[in-house]
Amino acid sequence: MIAQNIGFWIIAVLMIVAALRVVTTNNVVHAALWLVVVLAGAAGQYILLAAEFVAITQVLVYIGAVMVLFLFGTMLTRARIGAESDLNNSYKKLGIPVGLIMLVAMGLALTRSFGAEKLPDSAKVVSTQEVSDQIFGPYLLPFWALSFVLLAAVIGAIVLARKD
Amino acid sequence: MYVNQFLFLASVLFCIGVYGVIARKNAVLILMSIELILNSVNINLLTFALRNGSTDGHTFALYIIAVAAAEVGVGLGLVLLVYRNKKTISVDDLSEMRG
Amino acid sequence: MNLFAKESEVLAPLATGWFLEHAWLIPVVPAIAFALIILIGKRLPMKGSELGVLSMVASLVLSAGAAYQWIQRVNSAAEEQFVTPVIKSWSWWQSGGLDFGIGQHIDGLSIVVLFVVAFISTLVQIYSLEYLRGDRRYTHFFAALTLFSGGMLAMVLADNMILFLLGWEIMGLCSFLLIGHWWEEDANSRAALKAFFTVRVGDIGLLVGISMLYFSANEWTQENLGVSGFSIRGISAWALSGEPNSTVIMIAAIALFIASIGKSGQFPLHTWLPDAMAGPTPVSSLLHSSTMVVAGVFLVARLYPVFFVGLDILGSGGNLIMIIGGITIVISAALAFVQNDIKRVLAYSTVSQLGYMMLGLGAGAWLPAVFHIFTHAFFKACLFLGAGSISHSASHHSFDMKRDMGGLRKVMPITFATWIISTLALCGVFPFSGFFSKDEIIDNVGNNGYNTFMIIGLLGAFMTAAYMTRATYLTFFGEPRGASAGHATHDAHDAHATHDAHAINDLHGPHESGLLITVPLMILSVLALGSGFLNATPFGESWERMKLWVEPRAIEVVVDAPSGGPGESLIVNLPSAEESHSKSVCGSATPETGVCYAPQLQHAKFKWSKAMISMAIVFLGIAISWIMSLLLFTKRDPRLVGLTQRVKVLGLGHNFLVKKYYLDHLYEKVIVHSVAHPISRAAYWFNQNILDGILHGFAKSTRTISDWVYKNVDQRVVDSTVNNSATFTKSVGTAAQPTQSGKVSQYGALLFSAAAIAALVLVIINT
Repeated sequence: MIAQNIGFWIIAVLMIVAALRVVTTNNVVHAALWLVVVLAGAAGQYILLAAEFVAITQVLVYIGAVMVLFLFGTMLTRARIGAESDLNNSYKKLGIPVGLIMLVAMGLALTRSFGAEKLPDSAKVVSTQEVSDQIFGPYLLPFWALSFVLLAAVIGAIVLARKD
Repeated sequence: MYVNQFLFLASVLFCIGVYGVIARKNAVLILMSIELILNSVNINLLTFALRNGSTDGHTFALYIIAVAAAEVGVGLGLVLLVYRNKKTISVDDLSEMRG
Repeated sequence: MNLFAKESEVLAPLATGWFLEHAWLIPVVPAIAFALIILIGKRLPMKGSELGVLSMVASLVLSAGAAYQWIQRVNSAAEEQFVTPVIKSWSWWQSGGLDFGIGQHIDGLSIVVLFVVAFISTLVQIYSLEYLRGDRRYTHFFAALTLFSGGMLAMVLADNMILFLLGWEIMGLCSFLLIGHWWEEDANSRAALKAFFTVRVGDIGLLVGISMLYFSANEWTQENLGVSGFSIRGISAWALSGEPNSTVIMIAAIALFIASIGKSGQFPLHTWLPDAMAGPTPVSSLLHSSTMVVAGVFLVARLYPVFFVGLDILGSGGNLIMIIGGITIVISAALAFVQNDIKRVLAYSTVSQLGYMMLGLGAGAWLPAVFHIFTHAFFKACLFLGAGSISHSASHHSFDMKRDMGGLRKVMPITFATWIISTLALCGVFPFSGFFSKDEIIDNVGNNGYNTFMIIGLLGAFMTAAYMTRATYLTFFGEPRGASAGHATHDAHDAHATHDAHAINDLHGPHESGLLITVPLMILSVLALGSGFLNATPFGESWERMKLWVEPRAIEVVVDAPSGGPGESLIVNLPSAEESHSKSVCGSATPETGVCYAPQLQHAKFKWSKAMISMAIVFLGIAISWIMSLLLFTKRDPRLVGLTQRVKVLGLGHNFLVKKYYLDHLYEKVIVHSVAHPISRAAYWFNQNILDGILHGFAKSTRTISDWVYKNVDQRVVDSTVNNSATFTKSVGTAAQPTQSGKVSQYGALLFSAAAIAALVLVIINT
């Protein structure tokens, strides 16, 4: 338990720092790389939460595919690889109070609702088979809908990005 | 491990993502901030799945990852198109809807 | 408590057959035909119309077979046996515990409506072959028409509310396509939009009602019948079980009835129906006789137990359905008097007749109302097709009775004969079909103790006779006018002349229509004359076929005493007698479970004396109207012509009717303008004055304060502080001031801040 707790806090601090860099850095490519750190950290937290399959999917889909997309997007829009000065809005300070208010609201709600409740200690790792039984059983219809969404996204992306 | 430590981490990530969406004007960076928000939701789902001993949360987390992939694909397609037409991806310059 | 039927062991199994078991094919055929017409229709020799006609013929054959086998099934049942519906159900899709089924629910009601819909659709499609020949969207017209019929058929045989909703919405969509078929003209596309949106207002009620019924009924139905809360059979049984909370079922019934009001054009939402005349005449005919508008009445008839219990039918002096039906009968009949467009007269007449059906359902006259659906379909379709025939061949595509018609009885003998038969049927003259159904409704309303509504019904009959006489006189008698006299004048009412290629027809004067038009007319007029004999109450019990075949039958159910000795069983008529409902609520039950599916209803005993009174009223209406028309339109009697201009009260009333009670004004001008415009104006004002004011004031006051501080406090001590605060305020001001910038991220910022503050408020409140 202690080892897991230590792991959690190390990853959590890393994630928060990296997330702050994503939204503050002046370099688009750096932001993408910091985002990789956050996503990898999230994958680590999923493993701590006994969700192996989701963690692996996270690594494959997010870090593998989505990040490549982001880097391609950065390059195709010919953003400068170096630092840029006009990435932020003129009124970016408004974001700080909004974020803080949200944090306070959620923090209050969470403390009140879950207080010092603990996660079950002897959590069994959820196997891939259980997840697939869920997906192809009671949640088959959302799966179909999702397939259509992906199909539409593929076609849409091609149509949007085509040059003619 | 407390339930709240995961949930707090998720809310901190969420708020950072919200800040990013508000503060950034580069479209690609806004998309990245949205990814932060989506990931914080996934952490929540998996925490509750563990707490309640069900696998529903896993299913939905996977669906969210898939939807996020689709969203990034279409989003970047839009960004490319905007760039091609406007030679900029700063969303502040896209003010045709000005009232 | 164990409930079972007295004779459940000895009862012979009910007859069934291929057509009954495969009734689900009836809507599937048109659906496939629709896809084929869209895909390959344009390449076929008849541009896809042959597929539409063939599919409707196939549906007609299937439903006729099903009707025949249903009659056999009824005949195979014992005297007092409940004829169980033929229900088939498959799982359509399921998600996280919700199971949506698809299937058929074939009982007497669905058999009647299936047959009528398939029959009228077939004739209308044949008629359209000629009527729309050469139209530029010929193929699409047939595709939409076929899908429209398919949607109605699917709705009629649906075994659950989800499939019902699907058919309902398909119809809504297709009606939009068909009413706006000639969308190049602004009026037509406006009418299509009006129809669509008005019906959508009601559709919200359907969604709310279905959801409410599901969430309150699901548990009970799963436990007792093993079906979901969407199942029509389950909902009916649940409603009569005495289980439901009376408030819940009342609200659900009202929500569903709002959907019926929208679809069936009942009183406050009837304004779309006459405008729907903008579509081609075959569409009006189909829409107004057997599909679309009947759907609302069908919904009430189908889920009758819900309305029966929810609105306390027969239990109170009047209920929502009756009141709406009664109002509709009178106000739409009055509107029919001031219309010059022949199709609009018929449209208001449809609204009025639908009011009769609603009145019947609300007054507990279930069977007469269903029978009126049946007979009304034939004569109303015949009248509409007749009007189309006149405009097609005689009046140069005009529907204006005063300008372009008159004296047509000699040139169009077949159309004239069929029109007269259907008019007499609509008025309810003795041997014609309308008499047997409409008089039954009025009779039963009175028999169930609603004397006021019976008088309203009789008044409606009088008005029906009068306005139909006026329309008949203007169209077929007197001197030929305008186009029907041979003057080929183009005018504003020329609904579709520019779209049709009737070059040959346009060249010579009025003549009789071709066979493709007159044969459907003749078939329909024969049925308008004869279909009433299927339930001819005046001739005694043996003539009441419809009652035998369609109405759910009551059986006796044996209730075992819970712990009583052997042989101590008592016979009760209704399992739920001990519950809150009176004895008359539940009349029929299945042998297996002792659950009721339909309320027991009384039938009025036919008396010639009562029938004579209503006949006399009808003839009085015809006679008065005839004399008035003769004086007004032919003799040009100076005492009557221009009466509305001379007498102020009459003029006001006339204007009130011409303006359709100002309901359209109310909806478009008053409601839309008074709701939408002030909101947008208030929002603008708020934005300009309050928001900007606050921000300006904020910035200005801080400035003033800082100036004051600057002047009054030692500059060197607090210089930097003041400067900083001023800059900060200024930056906040400039950041939040331009709220209408069109910048996406700014909208996002506002959205998130609002959400954040709202979330914080919620969290703090919910302590």
